[in-house]
Amino acid sequence: MSTDSAPAPQSGTAEDVKQGPRVAVSALTTNLREYGLIIALIVIMLFFQYTTSGTLFKPVNLSNLVQQNSFIIVMALGMLLVIVAGYIDLSVGSVAGFIGALAAMMMVIWPLGIFSNPLVVSIVCLIVGGLIGAAQGYWIAYHRIPSFIVTLAGMLIFRGICQALLGGGSSVGPLPDSFKALSSGFIPDVIGPLTLIPPTVNAAGKTILGSGLTLHMTTVVLGLIAVLAYAYFGFRTRRKRELHGYEAEPFTLFVIKTLVGSALALFLVFQFATYRGLPIVLLVMGVLISLFVFVTKRMTIGRRIYAMGGNAKAAQLSGINTERLTLWVFVNMGVLSALGGLIIAARLGQAVPAAGLGSELDVIAAVFIGGASAMGGVGQVIGAVVGGFIMGVMNNGMSIMGVNVDWQQVVKGLVLLGAVIFDVYNKNKA
Amino acid sequence: MTSTILEMRDITKTFPGVKALSNVNLSVEEGEIHAVVGENGAGKSTLMKVLSGVYPSGTYDGQIIFQGQECHFKGIHDSEHKGIVIIHQELALVPMLSIAENIFLGNERARYGVIDWDSNEARTAELLKKVGLREDPKTLITHIGVGKQQLVEIAKALSKEVKLLILDEPTASLSEKDSQALLDLLLEFKRQGMTSILISHKLNEVNRVADKVTVIRDGRTIETLTRQEISEDRIITSMVGRSLDDRYPPREPRIGDVVFEVRDWSVYHPIHAERQVIKNINLKVRKGEVVGIAGLMGAGRTEFAMSLFGRSYGRRISGEVLLNGKPVDLSTVGKAVQNGIAYVTEDRKTYGLNLIDHIKHNVTLANLGGVSSGGVIDDMREMSVANDYRKKTNIRASSVYQLTGNLSGGNQQKVVLSKWLFADPEVLILDEPTRGIDVGAKYEIYTIIARLAAEGKAIIVISSEMPELLGITDRIYVMNEGRIVGEMAASDASQEKIMRAIVRGEGKAS
Repeated sequence: MSTDSAPAPQSGTAEDVKQGPRVAVSALTTNLREYGLIIALIVIMLFFQYTTSGTLFKPVNLSNLVQQNSFIIVMALGMLLVIVAGYIDLSVGSVAGFIGALAAMMMVIWPLGIFSNPLVVSIVCLIVGGLIGAAQGYWIAYHRIPSFIVTLAGMLIFRGICQALLGGGSSVGPLPDSFKALSSGFIPDVIGPLTLIPPTVNAAGKTILGSGLTLHMTTVVLGLIAVLAYAYFGFRTRRKRELHGYEAEPFTLFVIKTLVGSALALFLVFQFATYRGLPIVLLVMGVLISLFVFVTKRMTIGRRIYAMGGNAKAAQLSGINTERLTLWVFVNMGVLSALGGLIIAARLGQAVPAAGLGSELDVIAAVFIGGASAMGGVGQVIGAVVGGFIMGVMNNGMSIMGVNVDWQQVVKGLVLLGAVIFDVYNKNKA
Repeated sequence: MTSTILEMRDITKTFPGVKALSNVNLSVEEGEIHAVVGENGAGKSTLMKVLSGVYPSGTYDGQIIFQGQECHFKGIHDSEHKGIVIIHQELALVPMLSIAENIFLGNERARYGVIDWDSNEARTAELLKKVGLREDPKTLITHIGVGKQQLVEIAKALSKEVKLLILDEPTASLSEKDSQALLDLLLEFKRQGMTSILISHKLNEVNRVADKVTVIRDGRTIETLTRQEISEDRIITSMVGRSLDDRYPPREPRIGDVVFEVRDWSVYHPIHAERQVIKNINLKVRKGEVVGIAGLMGAGRTEFAMSLFGRSYGRRISGEVLLNGKPVDLSTVGKAVQNGIAYVTEDRKTYGLNLIDHIKHNVTLANLGGVSSGGVIDDMREMSVANDYRKKTNIRASSVYQLTGNLSGGNQQKVVLSKWLFADPEVLILDEPTRGIDVGAKYEIYTIIARLAAEGKAIIVISSEMPELLGITDRIYVMNEGRIVGEMAASDASQEKIMRAIVRGEGKAS
């Protein structure tokens, strides 16, 4: 396979840069998996839309879907980095449960005065999550204890502390409404609603629920801004590449991608706008997703994590402090587990001993369905997010269909296996 | 009377881009110890892999005739079945299993899948007696030293009714005493009528036990010497006897002041804490100078370089490093890189590249600061850097988005080099920069080295290929067993001189 030949003069210049079609094809093939995943999500959504006779896309159900699954996706962002770095974290479900319990105790039981304020409690909880991540990451990074073992221990430890904190089998609540808003709240409509079709008023003078069409304008405006920004930045990156003489993906492909993405986003925004607007947790999630896409794609720390996962020794010999990087990856995971725990508690309105139980498996599954490699070094944020939504839509759709919870697990297991087999098969074929 | 037990005729084995063996002939007579000698990379190990079936029949040309029959081995199992057993340089024992378990691994004495431990252990005890190892068969491999492990390997070979025993560098990691014991054992086996092939570059050992010596150089049989003809001088001449041709780009060294100086550098083994791997090394490199470190495999050259580079090897490191006359702290790789030191590894796949990522990301990895501001990477800047170095080092790839895992060895090496060139070091340590790459790519690497020296970098080249060192360096240090045993200007160095320094050093070290 050697392409080397006898000593040759330094080859020409122009042809090296412009290699249009080849780059375009490789851009398509490298992104094929990402597109394939999004197409899979759309197909699954359409399938359930059909089998649930249109319930899936109902605005109220979409809000539910987001609120039920956001904690999985938030934790999947951290798990993606953990898995890309070449590790695993089994403790996230237990840490989430523990943090939920801690938050509930601080807000409801313990007389902490100002420290019972939901905002203060949330900040303290995120810091505690970070410390838990640091404690686990320390053994993994500096003592080279396998992450599987350290976090398996963490899984037992924090579930135990969670239960002990709540005093055996009892739950602690109710939590303040301002805290619950994290999960079940919607962004306020600062612009004011726009009534397109006035609701029907019945004989008794009451409005019929669900009739008419009123748009949550703040949601619509935010949605439009997001879509325009998406298109603008996509276009600007393209222009920049062209100006520097590098071929980007073909223009038609770019337009189709942008149009389809925007249409999908606008459709969802519209659905939310007809209900109560954008769930706060969706906004939090959106901000976090953008942040993690930026960190993994554009920042040196993200690049270093991929390099470490791809070849830890080579990364180390390139001057990367792999120990410290590992520690940070776990600190990040801890903070996001804590956020996940807060979201769960806020949704339930109370802390329960089983909060987040088994969710580590859903989180890990989301990352692997999203195309990450168990060997490390490979995986995309968007993949993990879409993987999380695939799991979520299947949960939600099958629940509406009335599929037994036992069989739901079987189906999810098969989808995980199928996705990874598809990946491995594709890689071997290439 | 003697008869020929093994005859290898016209063996030719090619790897993509490299002809490892061409028309090699080897004839071994029954009951002799036949040594095969040659430089690193001459093709000795490849030849043995052909013989033992690691490279199955059909992947090479030529004939193997063993005990009068032509053989077509499809794998190690076939050759072992015939009684040809090879003991590799890296021992293939399972550390957490016992001696008995290792000896009968895959070959357990069992009935219906139930192992008869008494029988296994009794037989093991017999075998251990034969090789002169007094250990309980139940002892775990991890609890015995390397020398004894070597004996267990031999016992394992004996358990297979061996007719031809092949030992690949058996004493490479043994102490002098263990080596002597092993050689005595070989002589004892010979008295019992066993045939062995000994692969070695320790000429004093060859001199001591071999009945015949076949010299291999550049994948060819040079000659076979008989007992009467064997002498170290004769073997050395035969091993290295090739002329320097124009395989090296011309350069006119412009050498300045001392840039890099190592004083009294000592390093201990990371696991065997009492073993000193590097012993009080002193070394200097000047601006614009290319300095070579010659030596055989296992001389400690890589360990030396890696211990310098952010203490990536060993412990209890002592000594001082001066850069431009001032002591510098190289205690982590990050600090070493910042201080302008770069180390290009000998093992690019394990230590040099992220094989699942593309060229662009690999090239900038050691100097991400150079393509980013405030921790945010400037994609365009990174792209032009990658393209720039692709051109400078002539990496042949469809684009900088090609995965490095899919590149040929020569191009991979150029990616690693590009990575370190972009880090803009003052001192560049190149460890076996041309290992496993073909002649054309080698020339390109040499050209890059010459250019760097002309730019005023201080360069250290570690190489096992002596002609290469003679061809591209200005000054050569010779290393053996963790010491510098010789220093010479390249202009009055020769392969014989280097080899002599090594052989002398070996005698001194014992």
